[in-house]
Amino acid sequence: MAVTTPSEVGAQPVRAGRRPLLSSSRLAWTGTLPFLGYVGVFLLLPTGIVLWDAVHGSSGGFDFGAVSTLWSSSTRSYFVNSAELSAITSVLGAVLGAVLSYAVATGNPEGLIRRLYLAGSGVLAQFGGVTLAFAFLITIGPTSGLLLHAGWFYDFPQGIGLIYVYFQIPLMVLVFLPAMDGLKAQWREATETLGGSAWQFWRYVGGPLLAPAFLGAVLLLFANALSAFATIAAWENQISYVVPQQIGTALSSEVGLSSVNQADVLALGMIAVVAVVMTGYTLLQRRTTRWLR
Amino acid sequence: MTGLHARRRRRVNAFRYVVFTVFGLFFLLPLLAMIRFSLEGSTGGSWSLSSWGQIASYAGPPPLLSGVEITLELAVITCLVVLALLVPTVIWVRLRVRWMTRLVEALCLLPLTIPAIVLVVGLAPIYRVIRQQFSLSALQLFWVYAVLALPYAYRALAAGLEGVDVKTLSEAARSLGAGWFTVIWRVIVPNMRQGVLNAMLLTGALVLGEFTIAYLLLYTNLQVTLFYVSRGTPNAGVLFSTSSAALLFAFVLLLILSYVGRARGRQSERSKVSK
Repeated sequence: MAVTTPSEVGAQPVRAGRRPLLSSSRLAWTGTLPFLGYVGVFLLLPTGIVLWDAVHGSSGGFDFGAVSTLWSSSTRSYFVNSAELSAITSVLGAVLGAVLSYAVATGNPEGLIRRLYLAGSGVLAQFGGVTLAFAFLITIGPTSGLLLHAGWFYDFPQGIGLIYVYFQIPLMVLVFLPAMDGLKAQWREATETLGGSAWQFWRYVGGPLLAPAFLGAVLLLFANALSAFATIAAWENQISYVVPQQIGTALSSEVGLSSVNQADVLALGMIAVVAVVMTGYTLLQRRTTRWLR
Repeated sequence: MTGLHARRRRRVNAFRYVVFTVFGLFFLLPLLAMIRFSLEGSTGGSWSLSSWGQIASYAGPPPLLSGVEITLELAVITCLVVLALLVPTVIWVRLRVRWMTRLVEALCLLPLTIPAIVLVVGLAPIYRVIRQQFSLSALQLFWVYAVLALPYAYRALAAGLEGVDVKTLSEAARSLGAGWFTVIWRVIVPNMRQGVLNAMLLTGALVLGEFTIAYLLLYTNLQVTLFYVSRGTPNAGVLFSTSSAALLFAFVLLLILSYVGRARGRQSERSKVSK
């Protein structure tokens, strides 16, 4: 008797708790409404506004005239510059970052070096912002550099490219290290047992395994460089070279421009490019998880 | 066989030391240059802490301390909003509406694919309303900062929830008469403290370094203040002392995070063994 009582007592509130409102899985989703509402207003709505405004003229009707300016030579040059800067820095950052990831991955997973590099990578890749431009200005700035006076500091793309590589390498470490960690030591040993050389391991085993992850990372870095604004704004705010700078200019001086929604149109162009790049990234990511992890 | 291994190990180690040295120099030189310049005295080559003291006293324009204050307050508010928004949602989805996991995850990761520079274009009209209806204060930036922090916070919280037996805990608590509020905040959250702490650290680091949205919505936070200082007096020592301080602060936050992550890993290993 004494044994059965607790279970009965324990069972009762469960039944009591299963009031229709709470247990009905039809209504349970309403628990996520605050989240959905918040994301709707501050993420989906702004994106929707950009898309809507880009294809609507000031009169209110559909008007693709503004969108067609994406193909005008002046606008195209911003996209070409953006693509150039992003391509150079993503490939360079990915190659160098992969080398660094390999060095980190082969070390002690609990070691201090790995910890320092990971924390440092997080800061420099994601939270650097305008500070990175200041740091390079004082290191290699044309007049103020402590290390050297680089005359090419304000040249596009090499000057800003160097600063971009500085945050692309850490991002590569963050996104590529999991793939490197997934490379099993047994595969290397198996290759060696079968008489394979280091070259043969990387050519026939490690390389093909890591290739999708690597290409995916290149795409992610490309999107990252494409959308970066803070660093390039602090580097040079007189001349617009890339799309984000021009969006900034269009936003802060909306009055003087021929078309009011130039910022929206440029943003639409960015969304299109980033969507293509990120779709490629997602596909490659799926391919990566087949073997690694 | 062991000879082969030892030789390869030596080669790998030599390679590692070279790589760490080269990359370490590349990453540290700009930071060291920044710190060195922030410690420069009134005459070239001398050392002084005055630039670091100026962080509190630099009167501008624009005044630095107000930027620091705004940013720290924003960091705290954003952390709280993110937690209040995301913690119950993540737990609730896990407990009751698993079919929504994919949707919530996709929405949380979406800010990674919508660049801030694009988001800010669409936010401009929304913030016009906020300015007119609510307040002019830069603290209003928390609305969008919470969105920017979603990907980082979500991954931290999801990882924190991974090792927690949510179903058993909630059934136990419910059978003892607990309401859902108690289940979430007093039973499950204490079990995922590390995930919560990680989410807060990442959110804090993000707010500390944010520039794009504040600048283009014409608010003045720390980074925007630094930007204007650099436009006016590009060689102000205080520029570099404050920048170094912000970076170091973020670095310490993430270093703490790496240790917290390890503590959690050990704990879950222990609990596996005891089972």
